Amino acid sequence: MPDSLVIKNLNASIGDRPILKDFSLTVPKGEVHAIMGPNGTGKSTLSKVLAGHPDYTVQSGEAFIDGEQIIGLEPDVIARAGLFLAFQYPSEIPGVTIANFIRAAIVARQAKGAPFDAKAYYNELYAKMDALKMDRKFTSRFVNEGFSGGEKKRCEILQLMMLKPKYAVLDETDSGLDIDALRIVSEGVNAMRGPDTGFLVITHYQRLLDYIVPDRVHIMWDGRIVHSGGKELALELEEKGYDWVKQDLAKA
Amino acid sequence: MAEIDESQAQREAIEVDRSKGDFKYEENYAFDAGVGLTPATIDYIAKVKGEEGWIREFRQKSLKIFQDQPMPTHWATADLENIKFEDIRYYLSKGQKPVRTWEEVPDDVKKTFERLGIPESERKFLAGVEAQFDSEAVYSRMKEELEKLGVIFCGPTEGLRDHPEIFRKWFGKVIPAGDNKFAALNSAVFSGGSFIYIPKGVKVAQPLQAYFRINAENFGQFERTLIIADEGSEVTYMEGCTAPKFETATLHSAVVELVALKGAKIQYITVQNWSANVFNLVTKRGVAEEDAEVRWIDCNIGSRLTMKYPGVVLRGKRARGEVLSIALANDGQHQDTGAKMIHAADDTTSNIIAKSISVGEGRSTYRGLVHIPKTLSNCRNNTECDALLINEHSRTDTYPAISVRGRKNSVQHEASVSKVSAEQIFYMMQRGLSEGEAMSLAVNGFVNDLVKEFPMEYSVELKRLIELQMEGSVG
Repeated sequence: MPDSLVIKNLNASIGDRPILKDFSLTVPKGEVHAIMGPNGTGKSTLSKVLAGHPDYTVQSGEAFIDGEQIIGLEPDVIARAGLFLAFQYPSEIPGVTIANFIRAAIVARQAKGAPFDAKAYYNELYAKMDALKMDRKFTSRFVNEGFSGGEKKRCEILQLMMLKPKYAVLDETDSGLDIDALRIVSEGVNAMRGPDTGFLVITHYQRLLDYIVPDRVHIMWDGRIVHSGGKELALELEEKGYDWVKQDLAKA
Repeated sequence: MAEIDESQAQREAIEVDRSKGDFKYEENYAFDAGVGLTPATIDYIAKVKGEEGWIREFRQKSLKIFQDQPMPTHWATADLENIKFEDIRYYLSKGQKPVRTWEEVPDDVKKTFERLGIPESERKFLAGVEAQFDSEAVYSRMKEELEKLGVIFCGPTEGLRDHPEIFRKWFGKVIPAGDNKFAALNSAVFSGGSFIYIPKGVKVAQPLQAYFRINAENFGQFERTLIIADEGSEVTYMEGCTAPKFETATLHSAVVELVALKGAKIQYITVQNWSANVFNLVTKRGVAEEDAEVRWIDCNIGSRLTMKYPGVVLRGKRARGEVLSIALANDGQHQDTGAKMIHAADDTTSNIIAKSISVGEGRSTYRGLVHIPKTLSNCRNNTECDALLINEHSRTDTYPAISVRGRKNSVQHEASVSKVSAEQIFYMMQRGLSEGEAMSLAVNGFVNDLVKEFPMEYSVELKRLIELQMEGSVG
């Protein structure tokens, strides 16, 4: 499928522990899909495997960005192909300012030697920071160094908005956010919704989905999707708890 | 697949770029002291240079000191034993005299410096340039207005010949021949380098630059620099160094003496990018008189072994000394660098900030000496050493020797070791940066606060050199 993020029968492990088990999912461009599930079910692993993290081994399966196979490619190649991962725990990069970091990421996407329009860049950066209610002083702070949980997540969304990927995976973006930050971050994501971008929102709680209303909700259990439905599935899950999924599985 | 092609093109572009220092032209020398070092070698060099009297004696005496002193391997690396002094060529020149226009410089030599971007930098932001090719300068020029103010900028041979009264007064006084084995070697066979005198109260706004280029294999370059800033004057001097990659070891052993008289300021900046076959053993020291300031900015990239500890003797009240140093040790390289601060008057202050980066199997060592005797009061030193390791096999050591006595003196010492983690690299690569770009961004971040202190042009050059080193270190 040319206009989708397609994951097909993916099996992946860390060390000799299998985590993803025949995982399959398709996220068409323009849609927001949520993956919910209890801790330890493989949600974060899925995001790392898609991004090409070297700690994980893929035994079999494929993943495509608009038809381009990405499993086995280097993380930077996957990123430039159009996959963005908003990290649950973003790394600190001492001495590197946010402005320089995002600039380096944009330059990495340009043709070698192409001129960089610094004025346009800063105009855009400031506009998006305003939208995320980030102080302009943030541009000269070092990436994630000494940031609060909320500041880190806002910084991830700022990068997402600046880099405009084809597909964005948000890994537990709501963790560590108070309600105001949650609203601001969600507004940022919602502003990006449109025909050119697909979202995969990974979350443990339904709360985030009040703000980022998904087109589809998938429940993940033991390395695969066991339930899919519309946005009401998240509410049902919230009401009945994950035990309901477990019992449901036992019946099946 | 476009991305893959692009990264290949990028690698190719870097191959070309990296060879910026790694090229050489045919060797044909009119004057060649031959291989090995004997009193006859000294006589040959002195004769070619037309030197007589005291300087010839100084050279011969220094040779004796060099031969009598043991290698300092009781504290320094045993790799020093691998220098084959008997295989080295100590003097090579084409018989050139330094000329004042690039048009007069012989074609192949001119091409060398053009590839290194020297004439372009000169046009853009320099007050004067001296370009040395093996043993002698080929080009030397300073802006006319500085000449009118009495500024002297030439080589030591010309300094000795044309300004003997200033030259002899200061030459070998800050670093005597017996200071260490390599200072003695330099004192015996020195050739090239800069002699600079800034008259009282003259403030030279733009930097004077020297460029040292080794072109010949098995060669030893022994430039000698002496800078005297008279009372209340100011000068910034910058040196750059490169050599092509040879299979055999090449030796670079310079001596640099700085004299900052009352209220004067000297800033000495080094950005060296030696190839991995060069032994770089350099002695650098400055004297700061009352209210004077000597500042060393020392960036050591490349070489097989660098041993260099720029120092300041704070001889007058309220004198200030500073060493800002960055060392990058790549695979197979050892950067043994540091600083010395000798406080010899009241109210003197010194500051040392040393940052080292070890990549792959690279090793970096910080060696420092701070001395404040108990007879002094109100002296202060601040020392900071930070090391960054890029992978498991790299190594860093710190040997700070701080002797501070007396109740009214203070010292502050901080050291840190950090690592670029796999998670940091993954995070940056997830944003689209290649592994090499990610590493050089991390390294540039690590040195960022120090580089901000540098003049703009040099911070840009340093950033580019770090990028080339990091790109090259990715498998």
